[in-house]
Amino acid sequence: MLISMSTETTIAPIKVREPREPLFSARNKKLINDPLNNSNPITVQVLGICSALAVTVQMKPSIVMALSVVVVTAFSNLVISTIRNIIPDRIRIIVQLTIVAALVILVDQVLKAFVYDVSKQLSVFVGLIITNCIVMGRLEAFAMGNKPWPSFLDGIGNGLGYGLILVLVSAVREFFGSGKLMGVQLVPDSFYKMGYFNNGFMILPPMALIIVGIIIWIQRSRNRKLIELN
Amino acid sequence: MEHVNIFVKAVFIENMIFAYFLGMCSYLAISKTVKNAVGLGSAVIFVLAVSVPVCYLMENYLLKAGALSWLSEDYANLDLSFLSFIMYIAVIAAITQLVEMAVEKFAPALYMALGIFLPLIAVNCSILGGALFMQEREYASLGEATVFGLGSGVGWFIAIVSIAAIREKIRYSNVPAPLRGLGIAFILTGLMGIAFMSFMGIKI
Repeated sequence: MLISMSTETTIAPIKVREPREPLFSARNKKLINDPLNNSNPITVQVLGICSALAVTVQMKPSIVMALSVVVVTAFSNLVISTIRNIIPDRIRIIVQLTIVAALVILVDQVLKAFVYDVSKQLSVFVGLIITNCIVMGRLEAFAMGNKPWPSFLDGIGNGLGYGLILVLVSAVREFFGSGKLMGVQLVPDSFYKMGYFNNGFMILPPMALIIVGIIIWIQRSRNRKLIELN
Repeated sequence: MEHVNIFVKAVFIENMIFAYFLGMCSYLAISKTVKNAVGLGSAVIFVLAVSVPVCYLMENYLLKAGALSWLSEDYANLDLSFLSFIMYIAVIAAITQLVEMAVEKFAPALYMALGIFLPLIAVNCSILGGALFMQEREYASLGEATVFGLGSGVGWFIAIVSIAAIREKIRYSNVPAPLRGLGIAFILTGLMGIAFMSFMGIKI
């Protein structure tokens, strides 16, 4: 009995090397595609609504905001996933916050250096990327348990899914609210002469919420799996 | 008088949820029953009322351009304001930890009910948002900063408790299936935001 046990323990399990996955395998592509629709961070996972909607009055700041979030989610996922095995479990939130805050400081300084006017427009909302639930949510849910490359893709995917909603909302609000897109006037002057008015209501904050509500409505009526039961 | 003005403005006109959408994640997730909403709301009031003045002190005695001059003349032209994000988030995380310990000790039932969302106050956007608005608006004294923090917390409390009350009742109404849950919560928040806009322009 004893001998058999000792022999059992001495046999080392033969390590089968998994074949290397290609960089853009089907599974990795899914990591980017999924958050754009079926598991969109805003409309399905309910993450990261916080710091976003106040910047959606016009398209330009919201595109800048979306890009900043993509950069921060992608790189924070990459960094955390690289060091995930040496982070002590008890202090992981603080480690994560520190890394995210450092990345956001970088983004903030870059924005201040190159697009100062947009950075002024975004005011505190760049700093609020730190507490954007998408970043923390994806770090906890994905990066802590996956390899760096899939985590990086997951970060990009979720950042883009977030950006998609942001750009959609801002396009609706800018077009109906001021007749422009990206600052270019689209509604011709003759319309205004005929008595067309910009919908001033679109510029006010509550409209952003209602538009997101309508986007959720459209998405869920097309994709009935997402409907909540209660 | 200035203090009352700041308080009223923070509660009603510049409400964290209805005007800036800050702290929406926990707002949507915890607002299913009024009881839990009251618990989380009071925790947020406390954390905001403590962390905003602490951040104010840090801003004015450590981070702002020339803020270090009380230490020595040599540091008078240092500007550490780029570090403010990381310093604020550290302060907020520490205070949240304190609150968590207090709630666990004195109200274990509430602690169980709030679950993961209590530590997540640290990443509740309204807390960091309060600190950053304080920095941007450059309040004149510690008192004004405290009142602003308290007011923002009370505003958030009112918002989450009222949406929780509405969501408790809306269970009995016939909402279109795709709109149920998240969708209707967004639209309700939008409508409440419109209602709160009627406070605009009030000055005491």
